[in-house]
Amino acid sequence: MADEKSKKSLKEHFQDFTESQFVKSIFRSGVPKTRRQRMMVVLNSVFLHLHPARLPKHAVKVKYTWCMGGLSFFVFLVLTVTGILLMFYYRPTVEYAYGDIIDLKEQVPLGIMREIHRWGAHLMVITVWLHMFRVFMTGSYKPPREFNWTVGVVLLVLTMLLSFTGYLLPWDQLAIWAITVGSNMAGATPFLGTNGPGAALLAIGDVNFVHSASDARFALLGGRFVGEATLLRFYVLHCIGLPFIIMIFMIVHFWRVRKDGGISGPT
Amino acid sequence: MQTLKHFINVVSSPKIMFTAIIAVFFIIFPPSEGLWKVNKWLKIDRLWTKRGGILIFSSLLIFFLFGVSDHNFQKIVGKPDNVPIVGLLFLTVFFLWFSLKQARQNDLRIAQGLKPHEADDAKEKVLVWPDLVYIEFICLIFCAALLIAWSIFLKAPIEEPANPTVSPNPSKAPWYFLGLQEMLVYFDPWIAGVLFPTVIIVGMMCIPYLDDNKNGNGYFSFYERKTAISIFLFFWLVLWVFLIVTGTFLRGPNWNFFGPFEYWDPHKLEALTNVNLSELVYMIFLKRSLPHNIFLRELWGFLSLFCYFGLLPLILAKTALKGVYQKLGNLRYSIFIILLLMSVGLPLKMFLRWTFNIKYIVAIPEFFFNI
Ligand code: HEM
Repeated sequence: MADEKSKKSLKEHFQDFTESQFVKSIFRSGVPKTRRQRMMVVLNSVFLHLHPARLPKHAVKVKYTWCMGGLSFFVFLVLTVTGILLMFYYRPTVEYAYGDIIDLKEQVPLGIMREIHRWGAHLMVITVWLHMFRVFMTGSYKPPREFNWTVGVVLLVLTMLLSFTGYLLPWDQLAIWAITVGSNMAGATPFLGTNGPGAALLAIGDVNFVHSASDARFALLGGRFVGEATLLRFYVLHCIGLPFIIMIFMIVHFWRVRKDGGISGPT
Repeated sequence: MQTLKHFINVVSSPKIMFTAIIAVFFIIFPPSEGLWKVNKWLKIDRLWTKRGGILIFSSLLIFFLFGVSDHNFQKIVGKPDNVPIVGLLFLTVFFLWFSLKQARQNDLRIAQGLKPHEADDAKEKVLVWPDLVYIEFICLIFCAALLIAWSIFLKAPIEEPANPTVSPNPSKAPWYFLGLQEMLVYFDPWIAGVLFPTVIIVGMMCIPYLDDNKNGNGYFSFYERKTAISIFLFFWLVLWVFLIVTGTFLRGPNWNFFGPFEYWDPHKLEALTNVNLSELVYMIFLKRSLPHNIFLRELWGFLSLFCYFGLLPLILAKTALKGVYQKLGNLRYSIFIILLLMSVGLPLKMFLRWTFNIKYIVAIPEFFFNI
């Protein structure tokens, strides 16, 4: 019979494991049991370190923040992951794009990535709007957070642009006509669009500088109408350009939430 | 039943609905002391209590359930890409109620000389691990579950392959831009699609610099900030959400208006009898032909624009908005008033269209310059 003392319970085994060199090397402060350890967990982790270690109680309540900023970020991460998966299958050419989208549904096992990505995009627009609404209703744009509100407005615009550029990629009727409607407006930009006021003034003699092959709409579409070049342009913007920019603004946004004194609250 | 549906079809036309909303909006969300008293007297603020919430939600739900029994209603609301807007509608109403409920409680507390309820909570400090992390975790799981369920039950739409020669009727922008597309009914693309979005974005960025009220920072409140909140809600609820809903659900072929229970008949004809201001002045009032000189022709339009953007701010600064002017100073007042007048220009133009059939105030199609 084994010695009573040498027989360890499962719990003790687990405890040994959490205190082993291996685990300690990853989670420096060990299992957060004491108050000090709980603070250290947050301070030591690169991700949790987005937060301060301690907060006033109202700031963690769902009824105050509605968790909407956090959820916007979470949905953004979901969109990044599902978007990467979609990129494995999708080829941004007029020839393949539509068929690849159909195949996503019919050929790929458990293919709901496209659904998650599309509904997630809608959801993100909604959560960002509601987040903005909450920030307004609690007056959190007031000093010292004025600038972060401004950064937030940029994030809102970028969110809608991401959604807009993604809308074209399935290359179906819904897509190209929605983008056509949207981008026609660019052709009406004052001075910069052929159908905009003032464009006719930018001419020397009979030579117009702004015409349908050099105006704002052309720059957006890479052509006179929604075509191959547009698809590529929107694809690059959607997958690389805009996510890159929005990420930079998010970093600034989160940083400023901390630097402006954490979540707003009554003083 | 049929008559009720017919009635709803008629009253939901932008003309009637929009006018009705504007008429009651500033009583429900009063921007000034006087309207606040009216609001209190009518006991409208009771909406922002538990009972009020139940009332709001049950009526919304009843309307929705009643609607879904109708074939035409079902067809528009059930379109996969429209489902988010139905969700958005419920969420907007919920969070509107939720924030105003807390605001009302805080208003009552502040009136009694107490601090807002957030202040009580704020006295206590909690640790992020575990207090915040687990709340975030639950929210996250909940959101992920929602998204997965949504994705399983509702297939993402895919239509016919793109065909540049066949344009669907109506062609609609993605729903979050439908407010802009709806503005196209009243303004040319350079205004609805370029100028207004720019003004909206810049205007939103300006909010913290224009609102210099120190009260209500960091807790829900209404009374202390009623003007700011009322203006913001007007833009957000009426000029944004409402226009999106109209653009999505009530605009059919040829961008004609269709009631929620109406069949989208592509052959529906709407009389187009719109006239320009210049035509109204010269041909109808002065009974003569339009002058050839463009400037002379559009003189009246330019004159009214000058009065609106040039004189009106000056007059307001001396009268109704005297206090605002003194608080903001020259530069900020000018920015504030121009933004405000531009955005009020949208409902104004709508009413001009509905009452006088005005198409353009200034119409110089020669230079694509129509306002
Ligand atoms: C991609 C979009 C966005 C993300 C991921 C995001 C994320 C966040 C997060 C996580 C917070 C912490 C508090 C909270 O959860 O409420 C926050 C706070 C804040 N956000 Fe955003 N946000 C976004 C867009 C916006 C927009 C559109 C605005 C306003 C126009 C805005 C303005 C602010 C402000 C002023 C704060 C400080 C609030 C306070 O201290 O109470 N953000 N944001």
